[in-house]
Amino acid sequence: MSKSNFSRRGVLKTGAIASAGLALPTYLRADGHTGFTNAPGDSEVILGFNVPQTGPYADEGADELRAYELAVEHLNGGGDGGMMGTFSSKALDGTGILGREVKYVTGDTQTKSDAARASARSMIEKDGAIMITGGSSSGVAVAVQALCQEAGVIFMAGLTHSNDTTGKDKRANGFRHFFNSYMSGAALAPVLAANYGTDRKAYHLTADYNWGYTTEEAVKSSTEALGWETVNAVKTPLTQTDFSSYIAPVLNSGADVLVLNHYGGNMVNSLTNAVQFGLREAQANGQNFEIVVPLYSRLMAKGAGANVKGIFGSTNWHWSLQDEGSKAFVKSFGTKYGFPPSQAAHTTYVQTLLYADAVTRAGSFNPCAVAEALEDFEFDGLGNGKTLYRGADHQCFKDVLVVKGKENPENEFDLLEIVEVTPVDQVTYEPDHPQFAGGELGACNPGA
Amino acid sequence: MDQIILQILNGLDKGSAYALIALGLTLIFGTLGVVNFAHGALFMMGAFVSVTVSKVLTISHKVVDESRTDFLGNPLEVDVPYLYDFFGQAAGDVIIDWAVPISILVAIPIMIAIGFIMERGLIKHFYKRPHADQILVTFGLAIVLQEVIKYFYGANPIPTPAPEAFTGSFDFGVAFGFDPNAIIYPYWRLVYFFFSLIVIGAVFAFLQFTTFGMVVRAGMADRETVGLLGIDIDKRFTIMFGIAAAVAGLAGVMYVPINPPNYHMGMDFLVLSFVVVVVGGMGSLPGAVAAGFLLGILESFASMSAVINVLPGINQIIIYLVAIIILLTRPRGLMGRKGVMEE
Repeated sequence: MSKSNFSRRGVLKTGAIASAGLALPTYLRADGHTGFTNAPGDSEVILGFNVPQTGPYADEGADELRAYELAVEHLNGGGDGGMMGTFSSKALDGTGILGREVKYVTGDTQTKSDAARASARSMIEKDGAIMITGGSSSGVAVAVQALCQEAGVIFMAGLTHSNDTTGKDKRANGFRHFFNSYMSGAALAPVLAANYGTDRKAYHLTADYNWGYTTEEAVKSSTEALGWETVNAVKTPLTQTDFSSYIAPVLNSGADVLVLNHYGGNMVNSLTNAVQFGLREAQANGQNFEIVVPLYSRLMAKGAGANVKGIFGSTNWHWSLQDEGSKAFVKSFGTKYGFPPSQAAHTTYVQTLLYADAVTRAGSFNPCAVAEALEDFEFDGLGNGKTLYRGADHQCFKDVLVVKGKENPENEFDLLEIVEVTPVDQVTYEPDHPQFAGGELGACNPGA
Repeated sequence: MDQIILQILNGLDKGSAYALIALGLTLIFGTLGVVNFAHGALFMMGAFVSVTVSKVLTISHKVVDESRTDFLGNPLEVDVPYLYDFFGQAAGDVIIDWAVPISILVAIPIMIAIGFIMERGLIKHFYKRPHADQILVTFGLAIVLQEVIKYFYGANPIPTPAPEAFTGSFDFGVAFGFDPNAIIYPYWRLVYFFFSLIVIGAVFAFLQFTTFGMVVRAGMADRETVGLLGIDIDKRFTIMFGIAAAVAGLAGVMYVPINPPNYHMGMDFLVLSFVVVVVGGMGSLPGAVAAGFLLGILESFASMSAVINVLPGINQIIIYLVAIIILLTRPRGLMGRKGVMEE
């Protein structure tokens, strides 16, 4: 009688191993003939736009998508070409990327790291996206960046302002055009000192998550270096909607400045509450009480309404900039959509162009070749003056805008005015700066 | 001392919203036995009635102002509200300024109608189904309403200010002999608190002093017996659903100047309001109101930096901590009837 070698347990084990093998992500399988993940065919290349389409940042995500669509249109030779005409690199010629027509797929991050990773994974594995880009939220950016590193595709970060994205969580496959908390602090502090003096006592309310911490640290260290004292720094839950309990004690704390390290809906509500509690009209320590919002966006300013008037903050880009690149982009975007682009739209449009340009200059879609083309690449004409994509940490260095809520807006989009274009040298730091310490860039991963 | 008074004021104010939402929730649970997870959405709908009234009052025609330019450098098209054409600019501005209080008048019939449609169109089909089904369907409805609002109004908050006369804040403390700036409190938040007291009082008076209310209370105590007396209690409960929707809606209408409304504001309040209902005692109207104010005050105290410095994170868990303690020691809640949520 023959004896079978297969036991019940053995069959189950074998089945499980086989299933696991089949379920392995495509990027972990050998793809010998291309050498990298999702190598495109001869006719088209697919980009993955991973933005919040639902949730509190959905309007920001919608603006990012508009910018992506505009970038694709321009890359494929449509429209007026936007900033392709002002971009200092002339590698792009409106015939797609390396002769391939640019196609795209979109995903919904829901501003949740797990959802963002799932949609990015789907775009890489099912749709064959060769580059992932989008935002907003630093938590999402860090999570998706790590996934792209594993998968062997390039991640061109969208809206992410935490130091950690190009600090302790930096990755060789990830690149950030947007500015960061350190830069906000470095740009803002001198303007605050010039307007409010150096003898100030600041009270920080900080969103209780990674971005809030790095922004608080950046603003504290920059302002303290100029003589300000920090009297208190209180963390507020991300889910908080009414900040009155946090704001009510501020006036009696000995502080004369309130710094709101909040973003999105948190900022809209905390600023509204602060104004309701009379902080704008109050006096403390013999001086006018002041409020500061380190990171502004026009969409947030719109939500906060008249409360933003006269309040300083920083922004990566603003549609009222008068350089040729910004004017071209605003004209292109404004003509197509009927309103000016947000900073989120600007940075995602620029990231798409920068990726396409890097591929073209490298002559390859191989992410390692693209990374090499982006590292230490200097360019101009994309809206923030001369810019460097630093190779050491993949962070862009460019001028940073200090803005103020406009007192007398001329139209519904005219909410912020630029009070200072802080030169790039003033916001540049060493790659091993303590606020960016830890983590390794590591090596580029081409996948496959 | 001044900080304690300030946080009590704050707590009463937060508690106003909790109490109004929890009151509506309790009315629905007490009458129809439905756990209405769409109740936060009704609060949000009320807020968007305010937004809509503000938008309607500012419907405008375009007038080209050649002296100014838009963001593309073209002559600026200025919006001129039609109200100016009908009433003149001064009167038009006053009407627009008072959009939020005016919205109360619009919101009451709209919210009652929404409540009616919701109850007759959907929820009545789930009365005999398990609570889990009711929760699923009302939660689903809440998401649908949320998405509808997001589709029409976008995801960003929409600033909807209080009338000019009620913006700003006043020095509450000076009246009680404290230093200036010790107790600064916004006018509108006080308006909100007193408004909530009026609404709560009106609901209680309606239930206490009208025949309709008396029958409803009898129905809440013993539905079958009231039905056997030949009274159409179902119809009255449907009306109560409409009233509960209006109460939540009014809470939303008046809340918009406090925080600019957005499409998920209902969800932000929903879970807390359920905790309030459970702490107050399922089905107890006074319990819902008392627990709303109590938890609002506790939450405010827990958010003080002096407290957070000693007990980090207490501000995020205080309400749930209190709920656990109360439910462990008194499962029926503060004022709940014996037998509800008890073995």
